[in-house]
Amino acid sequence: MTTMTMIEAIRSTIRQEILRDEKVMVLGQDIGKLGGVFRATEGLQAEFGEDRIVDMPLAEASIVGSAVGLSLSGLNPIAEIQFLGFAQQAYHQIVPQLARFRFRSQGRYSTGVTIRAPFGGGVRAPELHSDAIESQFTSVPGLQVVLPSTPADAKGLLTTAIRSEDPVLFCEPLKGYRLVKGDVPDDDYSIPFGELRIAREGTDVTLFAWSAAVQLAEKAAESLASEGISAQVVDLRTLVPLDVDGIREVVSATGRAVVIHEAPLTSGYGAEVVSTIQEEAFYSLEAPVARVAAPDVPYPNIGIEEVFIPNVDRVVSAVREVVSAE
Amino acid sequence: MLRREILRPDGSISGDSGPVLSIQETLDALERMLLSKRIDERAFSLQRQGRMGTYSAVRGQEASVVGSSLALDPSVDWIVPQYRELPALLRHGLSIEGFLSYWKGNSEAARIPDGVKVLPPQIGLAAQLPHAVGLAWGLQLQGDPGAVMTFIGDGGSSEGDFHESLNLAGVMKAPVVFLLQNNGWAISTPRSKQSAADTFASRGEGYGVPSILVDGNDLFAVSAAAREAVGRAKSGEGPTLIESQTYRLGAHNTADDPSKYVDSGEKLQWEELDPIPRVISYLRARDAITDAEIDDIEARNEAEVARAVDVLDTIGPASAETLFDHVSSTMSIRLRRQRDQILKGASR
Repeated sequence: MTTMTMIEAIRSTIRQEILRDEKVMVLGQDIGKLGGVFRATEGLQAEFGEDRIVDMPLAEASIVGSAVGLSLSGLNPIAEIQFLGFAQQAYHQIVPQLARFRFRSQGRYSTGVTIRAPFGGGVRAPELHSDAIESQFTSVPGLQVVLPSTPADAKGLLTTAIRSEDPVLFCEPLKGYRLVKGDVPDDDYSIPFGELRIAREGTDVTLFAWSAAVQLAEKAAESLASEGISAQVVDLRTLVPLDVDGIREVVSATGRAVVIHEAPLTSGYGAEVVSTIQEEAFYSLEAPVARVAAPDVPYPNIGIEEVFIPNVDRVVSAVREVVSAE
Repeated sequence: MLRREILRPDGSISGDSGPVLSIQETLDALERMLLSKRIDERAFSLQRQGRMGTYSAVRGQEASVVGSSLALDPSVDWIVPQYRELPALLRHGLSIEGFLSYWKGNSEAARIPDGVKVLPPQIGLAAQLPHAVGLAWGLQLQGDPGAVMTFIGDGGSSEGDFHESLNLAGVMKAPVVFLLQNNGWAISTPRSKQSAADTFASRGEGYGVPSILVDGNDLFAVSAAAREAVGRAKSGEGPTLIESQTYRLGAHNTADDPSKYVDSGEKLQWEELDPIPRVISYLRARDAITDAEIDDIEARNEAEVARAVDVLDTIGPASAETLFDHVSSTMSIRLRRQRDQILKGASR
């Protein structure tokens, strides 16, 4: 084990996979000499050359679209989109192209591209940089949507993503890039998709979260513990595929649930989680499931982003209500 | 930009151009062009009889499609199609029934056979172009000898993907040929509404991509341009944009009604420039073909189309299982349950 930040875990995993497989390459904006705006590829171009770590023209659709073609040629591309908000400028290459190639070709072709994209608020970034738009990609058959919250999970899930024949949207919590540290296995380490992780044990209520909201849930659980409420924190880790059986198990044990995410409430992925809970564990429920999300407004300018992003107080009061419901 | 022309509408050769194709190659190309025309006719009637879905005919563009494909070696080169390139795909190894079964609604039967270097049709115009660039770039990175030819139209060239792809291909010096078939129409929108540029070929210069403007109804000029472009790609000199000026003599597809928008005078002018008769005139002038030999070609083509349609008629819908089989490499628990519910009516 080595203690690493999130960004260090991601960088070392990319390097490990490049060393493992000569087909792996990375393309994106500013990823060469600069090493990416968050340094996820720092030093890699110097080590592996300009054909493996490729600085691309500033055009997201052609980054994803050419990654599709590179994959068809037999290579294994990792495409970095500088911020997830800009993936919307590649949406027509991700959704109707990358995600459908296997289906369209009836299995003749697969496009195992990994798209890495940081997202999430609280870092005082300009417009579009913070937008949590993961649910725009979870209703896309053929696309796996993965959102780690810890350095170890980042390594395990990114390894799986890169080795997968399927396209993966790998969303990284940019606020946690340097703030979140943890022990990361040194050896080859992969985590299967579709398995949630219990981040904190608890018996009164289950808090579901992913990406940066996991740390928020953990802080809320800490605060709730001081008032005698035992909150379990569950990190879903992959939204597609979803750990349906795991959700049933944890909710059956606590009987109460709160779903937390940074995206606006309406049609956020929380709606899918709540639906799954009522399908799978309705008769275990002792209270309506609550959602804590951003309001249905665009991500605001930085002066009021604290009002927009769910915080500990909002989670704590939602949990109090769910726990006190008869 | 000077438009390259070799084979005049009357079948004579302009200037001092040498023969681009041998007599045998020309005869072979003519047979492919006539086959394409025959398939178009038959596919339209199949659609009208309810035996097939939507179909987009090649009619009028046979020299453009066949001529460009002659520059490709199907054993190493790739075609990334739009949807109006049937004779090129046949030369590359697809079967008529395989191609038509896609439009009949069966993607399983239309699966591109292993080893055939063709991507499946996709319907979002120009979205195939970055795939072609990435594929070509990837082949080059791996030392593969292949080049990629991709097709686009005058309408599709207004999409952002066209511009991003030319730009990236130029930067990466990707071994790709963009064959832009300017057929005058994007469904009902005339070429004049797509761009204020004099030619589509002129767009290459802004991206550092060499461009060629060619009479798209001239089999020889198209072939020569494509050979030059493929040769450039394979010698590491990068991409080429070819504007092939042709004309869609038929409808956009079986659902279209061109009588609402096509000027009949303009269409008559283009019918005079039909790419097929000029090849026949060329061959006749050299005593390289007789009426009886043309009849033989037509009979062979007719038999081949009849064979393909017989097979097509036996192809029903794909099996219901295929709805679930190729979404991902492994089926999620959730999808497996959905499949079981739908296929077996089983409760979860």
